[in-house]
Amino acid sequence: MNYESTKVIVKEPFKKRVVEKMKDIRRGFRHITPGWVMLYVFMLLLAAFCLLPIVYMISASLKPYDELFYFPPRFFVEKPTFDNFTNLFSALSNSTVPFTRYLFNSIVITVATVTGTCLVCSMGAYGLSKFKIPGGTAMFNIIIATLMFSPYVTRIPSFLVVSNLGLLDSFFGIVIVSVGASSNFFLMKQFIDQYPYELIEAARIDGAGEFRIFWKIVMPAQKPALSALIVFSFVASWNDYFTPLIFLSKQSMRTLPLALQSLAGGAGAATLATAGITAAASLLMTLPVIVIFVIMQRKVIETMTYAGIKG
Amino acid sequence: MAASPLAMKKPKHGHLEKNWVGLLFFLPFFILFVVFTIAPVVVAMGLSFTNYNMIQTPDFSGITNYKLLFLDDDIFILSLKNTFTFAIITGPVGYLMSFVSAWVINNLKFKTGFALAFYIPSITSGVAMSVIWLVVFSPDKYGYLNNFLINMGLISEPIAWTQDPTQLMTVIVIIQIWMSMGGGFLVFLAGIQNLNRELLESGKIDGIKTKFQELQYIILPSMKPQLLYGAINSVTGALGVYDIAVAVAGFPSPNYAVHTIVAHLYDYAFVRFQMGYASAIAIVLFAMTFIIGKIIMRVLRSE
Repeated sequence: MNYESTKVIVKEPFKKRVVEKMKDIRRGFRHITPGWVMLYVFMLLLAAFCLLPIVYMISASLKPYDELFYFPPRFFVEKPTFDNFTNLFSALSNSTVPFTRYLFNSIVITVATVTGTCLVCSMGAYGLSKFKIPGGTAMFNIIIATLMFSPYVTRIPSFLVVSNLGLLDSFFGIVIVSVGASSNFFLMKQFIDQYPYELIEAARIDGAGEFRIFWKIVMPAQKPALSALIVFSFVASWNDYFTPLIFLSKQSMRTLPLALQSLAGGAGAATLATAGITAAASLLMTLPVIVIFVIMQRKVIETMTYAGIKG
Repeated sequence: MAASPLAMKKPKHGHLEKNWVGLLFFLPFFILFVVFTIAPVVVAMGLSFTNYNMIQTPDFSGITNYKLLFLDDDIFILSLKNTFTFAIITGPVGYLMSFVSAWVINNLKFKTGFALAFYIPSITSGVAMSVIWLVVFSPDKYGYLNNFLINMGLISEPIAWTQDPTQLMTVIVIIQIWMSMGGGFLVFLAGIQNLNRELLESGKIDGIKTKFQELQYIILPSMKPQLLYGAINSVTGALGVYDIAVAVAGFPSPNYAVHTIVAHLYDYAFVRFQMGYASAIAIVLFAMTFIIGKIIMRVLRSE
């Protein structure tokens, strides 16, 4: 008896709910006009244009040797294997400079550059933003103007400086020329400008030391800007081809982009036989930058909100 | 006098007292910035009027380097022409594409996914991607593009994309455009996402009906700072084409078909070690970027 009544009560609203839900779904689809569909199709095609080369790189790096010679060429791998990666590390390990050495060089240089950039730029931006430095405004205008400098222009004299300091063919030499990049400083300064001065003042009243205020109070609030700096300096340093090309002449000091360039044999020399192993090396170069951006995407975009130049 | 504790601790006073601390914070960046950004431009200007081979001391030669560059160095003129061709196509196209796609993406679902797809190409390494481009544009029938075009019946013989000087330019332009949605795109996306809601609402009340009107009267005018940042980014990028051209076409490229100013600079500075002459090339590049940048700043100035 009791059971019967509950059944009736539950049944009715449930049916109603389903009907309502169906109506909702239909209403949700009402804004799908032909124009809307075309827009999505167009954007998806553009996204495919952007991503296909990366997908191909992944597919090619997993191709076994015989699949590289298929005709007509096939886009996707059929029997994926990690042979290309093991070959990359083992077959090249008995050459004079093993592949792992280039990997090591790239990692050391990039980590040092990223750390240096974050430290130097955030300290500098804090100093310029929250203190009255004589000529500070003029200085910032000069820094904005240097956003227009091509890094190639400054490389010759930097090369002369580094070579006179005896720092050619050293990790330190290549790191110090890129740590003071004005674009990263600019982003940090724009972001730190948003931080309320009152909080710093309050910390001073509480008796905190100047460095402690910077490190323990201001910096934790700058995580978005630091993420942006990490991404941008990581990408710039990891991918840099020109600077290591001129600053590092010793084979054992060279970085991944240079190694990859000689592995691929340069233009015209790319053969089907080496396509798998070079794709594997390219993937090793490309994945880290993608992963690091995916992790920090939201924070990077948050930082970029303040990146406008008033001019 | 009823001086409240707040008034006694005026921020201004704190500013003045702690100046030296601010200077200390700023100093490391300042030194690196001056030594590796400001001084190099000044030094390059000086060196551009000399003969300098890194072994003997530089000797003054007046404007000889510039005369040689513009009057006798046909390859430099060619590199200038190539660089401009790249810049005029890839700069504006990349810039427009970045803005339009940021604007469209903001109205779509799966914003994050789209943003990721569009941004990824610009953070890939030119050298790493060249491995893929060399397969796509491979000159034989194994190349994906040739294969595709033959199957479509558009061509009967494979085209030597990466070897034929007349095709190389097209190839590099396509690759550059693929990579061109960089910093500008992110700034546009962030800017559009954070537009003042009230501004958009009041626009609707004032009679703005279509998305295009909204773009014209509200979004573009209030995004000038972002537009300027993006523009400066694309100018330096578009004029600095180098590594992708070398990786795809080799150095020097066949018939110097994609020889750029930066490639010429590399050739004279770090192959021939004629630092005076190379500095003159650097200064020409510097002047071009700076003048175009200043014009853009004038156009997109806020207030």
